[in-house]
Order: sequence, then structure tokens, then C-alpha cells
Amino acid sequence: MQEVATNNQKSNKKKHDAHSQKEKRGKKLFLLIVPFVILVLLFSYYPLFGWVYAFFDYQPPIPLNQSPFVGLKWFEMMVQNSTQLHQIGQVLANTFAMSFLNILTSFLPVLFAIGLNEIRNKHFKNLIQTLTTLPNFISWVLVYSIAFAMFSSSGMVNELLRNFNWISEPIKWLDSDSHTWLKMLLWSLWKGLGWGSIMYLAAISGIDPELYEAGRVDGANRLQLIRHITIPALMPTYFVMLMLAVSNFLSNGMDQYFVFQNAFNLQHIQVLDLYVYNVGMGNNSLSLATALSMLKSLVSVVLLFVVNWTSKKTRGESII
Amino acid sequence: MNVIEKKEVTPGERIFQVVNITFFVIFTLICFYPFYYLLINSISANNLSAAGAINLIPRNIHIENYIQVLQLSGIPLAALVSVGRTVIGTLLTVIASAFLGFMFTQQKMWKRKFWYRFVIVTMYFNAGLIPMFITMKNLHLTNTFWVYVLPAIVQPFNIILVKTFIESLPKSLEEAAELDGAGTLTTFWKVILPSCTPILATVAIFTAVGQWNSFQDTLIYITDQRLYSLQYLLYQYINQASSLAAMVKNSTGGALNMGAIATQQTPTSIRMTVSVIVVLPIMFIYPMFQKYFVKGIMLGAVKG
Repeated sequence: MQEVATNNQKSNKKKHDAHSQKEKRGKKLFLLIVPFVILVLLFSYYPLFGWVYAFFDYQPPIPLNQSPFVGLKWFEMMVQNSTQLHQIGQVLANTFAMSFLNILTSFLPVLFAIGLNEIRNKHFKNLIQTLTTLPNFISWVLVYSIAFAMFSSSGMVNELLRNFNWISEPIKWLDSDSHTWLKMLLWSLWKGLGWGSIMYLAAISGIDPELYEAGRVDGANRLQLIRHITIPALMPTYFVMLMLAVSNFLSNGMDQYFVFQNAFNLQHIQVLDLYVYNVGMGNNSLSLATALSMLKSLVSVVLLFVVNWTSKKTRGESII
Repeated sequence: MNVIEKKEVTPGERIFQVVNITFFVIFTLICFYPFYYLLINSISANNLSAAGAINLIPRNIHIENYIQVLQLSGIPLAALVSVGRTVIGTLLTVIASAFLGFMFTQQKMWKRKFWYRFVIVTMYFNAGLIPMFITMKNLHLTNTFWVYVLPAIVQPFNIILVKTFIESLPKSLEEAAELDGAGTLTTFWKVILPSCTPILATVAIFTAVGQWNSFQDTLIYITDQRLYSLQYLLYQYINQASSLAAMVKNSTGGALNMGAIATQQTPTSIRMTVSVIVVLPIMFIYPMFQKYFVKGIMLGAVKG
């Protein structure tokens, strides 16, 4: 009896040993990624605690623990103070306008891909593709440098117009507030149109050639082939891109608007991301800026969930 | 197929073809001409360039601009910072992406699923610009080189890419290494890393372009001029024409004679030359690695 018991104990112990050995091994493996987990904690989670600054009147270099707690003051200020309200209204209008214009033109990469696909010469096609996607890989600072070289008062375009005697005074393309939204849209199209079409081009090359063959046998012309075969095949990709654009509705990014902003166009160029920067770093109102970016982050996450839910409902597929 | 190809082209199709090609030729020119314009102006005689006379062909070619610009105070250091952050940042990001992608395929790891989600979910939220700034300040990272590199090391999206890639590799690779008695790290270095090169090349190229082009982090976290990146310096040059002119005068001693007028630096010549220096690496790298870029965006779409 006793022998059996000890034997049982032994095998239990062995099992237990094997188990703890396995767990030990698992923990050892985890130890290897600890440094990276720390990086994630420091740079993705820890900054979230910075949101508490939105509830204080933080004026550096006075540390947070000596700053007065102000509750929802900054949030109330956004809607109560009429000048502030007006300004935020304008900022939101700019943000919505830029996002809306970008969504409105989101079908252009589709057309670009379809058109490019209709070009038969392969080398010519590749050349176009390389040169039109190049602007996507330069920074907005460089785009601005190009804009400056081309469109400043002594830039290439003004010099050319002057040399032809078409104008006497240089046209102010950059230092003015005329058509600011449109100009920003055109610059982002210049930079992104070619690259935006790459995904659709790949989708086109994935279409079964037999579909076109069948279409031709049925007597469809080119335009009909595009309308009834190519475009429907691109719709799923287009839908995903559209959903992503909607979920980024509040995030235009700030680089583009920052480099192009100046005293003249400030009113119509300040999108939310830029406004947060200007308030926080320019005016040194860190607390107000934190309140703003906190609201923005929260709304963005909600948007993402709504969009994802919509996508699941309509297509049975989530985008995240 | 051939029979169909030979079919008569209708007038409507011909018009479409002409309009289509015309559009693409014009748009391609609009995309590329500015780069060409910067390049020819940076190597032409500066007085001609300032008069707006260089639009199509470079004239009186010289490379004096490049020699002088590279001697301007700030530029060599900024170039070093930009190259440094691109090389070190890319290296660390690639290694981290590869390693984490591999580790998250290790079923035995303690609470693997939890930690994987813990890392990946950071893709979908962000604290915002000011909390990030305060964080960097609290961590004493503002005005250090590491602010360019450390926050960018763990990239959830890259980790997903690598993990998916490793999962598509034959399991026998890893098992063989384990049978040979190789530990986790050895397996990673000797077996996994070499077989991941295609995906890592894609990750590397995107990271490198991102690092090289990055501008916002200098703007927000850096006030020490010695840590300015080329992008930031270029931005300052565009906006501070007057101080630039003063700097130019100092660097050339204000000497003006007829022979020097073609090579005398002007704010415009400096701006254009620095722009070309900033864009040149991209222009060389991009056509060479275009297929990796395209692959990258397609992989993104699969996950997207």
C-alpha cells in the first residue's frame, strides 16, 4: 500500500515537475521580450496618464503636483467662451472640410488605376508608375520646398508668367488665404494620387482574364468591360479604403498643414491636429491642448468602432 | 485572343486612348518636373538661376553649391543626425519587429496571447501630441538623440507582418533546429532571421524612409541645434530667408567679384541645393526597391 502511495506521489511529483519546468521555460521566453514590453509601456501606455493634465492648470516649469486642480474648466471653456467657441468651430470646419474633400476625391485613385491599366506599353506604364508614386516618399517639408521653388513670388511659375508679360505683379499662391482648402487638397493629391492607385492596380491584375474574354465574346466594348468587370472587382478594396478614411476623419495629420501655414492662411488651414500643436506648443497652453487631444482621441476610437461595426454588418468583415 | 486584338478600334476608343495617354503624360510631368527643376537649378550658374532663366536645361554647370553648402555650419551635423537616426532607427526597428514577430509565434511563452494583444492594441489609440511631449520630458528624452529612435522601435504593424510571415514558413525548419539542440535565440538568429529577409526588407525600407522624412519629432522634442535633422534645417531655411542670407554672407566673406557671381550663394541656391541633398537618397532608393514598397502596401491591405 505504502509503496503504491509513494509511487503515486513520485509520478505526481514528476508531472508537477514537468509542468513547472514548462512554465519556467515559458517565463524564460517571456523574459526575452520584457525590454520591448517596457518600451510599449513607456511610449504607448504611460503617455495616457498625461491626460490628467487636462484637469489641471499646468504651467511649466511648475510641476503637476503644485498645479491647481481645475476639474472640467478647459472642457467648459471650449464651449462657453464665445471667441474660443468660434475658433474651435472654425478649426472643426477646416478639419471636416479637408477630410470630406479627401473622401470625396477618394475615387480618383480608382480611375487612375483603371486608366493606367488601359495603357498597353509595359515600359511606359512602369515609367509612369515610378514617377507618379515618387512624391509619396518625400516629406511634407520637401513638398513645401518644391511649392516654394515653384509658387513663391520669385518662384518658377511667377517668373515664367512675368517673362511672358502676362502678369506685372507676382501672384501670391502661398501667402494668401484664397482657396486654401482647395490648394491643400491639390497638394495632397499631387503627393498621394499615384501611390493611392497601387493597391487598385494590384487588384486589377488579380482579375481573372477569362472574365474579360467572356465579356468581349458577348460584344462588350472597352468602356463596358470597365464598367461591368473592372469597377465591381475594385469595390471591396475601395470600400476598405473608404472605411479607413472615415475612421480617420478627425486625424488629418499636422505635417502638411504645419509647413504650409502662415499668417495669411491660418484661419482656413488650422485643422484639429495643427490647432492642438499651436495651442500647446505655440501658446504654451499645455492643459487646454491636452483636453483637446484627449477629446479627439476618444472620438477617434469611437469612430473606429462604429466604422468597424458598420463594416462587419454590411460586408461581414472587420477592418481592424 | 489575337483575333480579338486585331478587331477594328472604334473612333470612341481611339479618342479615349488619346485622352488617357495625354492625361498620364501631363500628370507624370507635373509629378516629376519639380524634382528636375530643383536639380538643374542647383547645378546651374546661380545668377541665371536667380533670374528664373533655368527652366529646362542646366547652364554653366558647376558643383560649387554643393561644396559650399556642405561647409555651412549646421549642415554636416544635421546630415550626420539624419543618417544616424535612419541607420540606427531602422536597424533597431527591424530587429525588434523580427524578434517580437518570432517570439509571438512561440506557443510556450507565458501568457503569449495576452502580451501579443497588449502590444498590438497600441496601434489603435494614441495619447496625443502634448501628453507625448510631457512623457518625453519626464523621461528626460527631449533634446537627446534617442527620442528619434526609442519610441519607434516597437511597431505593432510590422510585428503582425513578420508574425504572419513566420507562420507561413514550414514548421520543419524550426523543429529541425530544436532537434539539433538549438535554443530559442539560436533558432531565431540562425534559422528564422535568414528566412525572413523578404519581409524584413520591406519593413526596413518603409522604416528607413519614415526615419529620413521625419520632421515632427525634431519640431516637438528638440531645441538643441546640434540635434536638428536635415528635414528640420530645410524647413528653417525656407522660412528664415533673411537669417540665411546673413549666414551666406558670413560664409563667403561677402566677397563679390564678377567671376564669383555665378557661384555666389543666395538663399534660393542654398534652399534648392539642400532640397536636392534631402531628396537624393529617396530618388536613388525608391526605383531600386520599388517592388518592396509595392509588396509592403499589399501586405498591409491583406491585414488592413
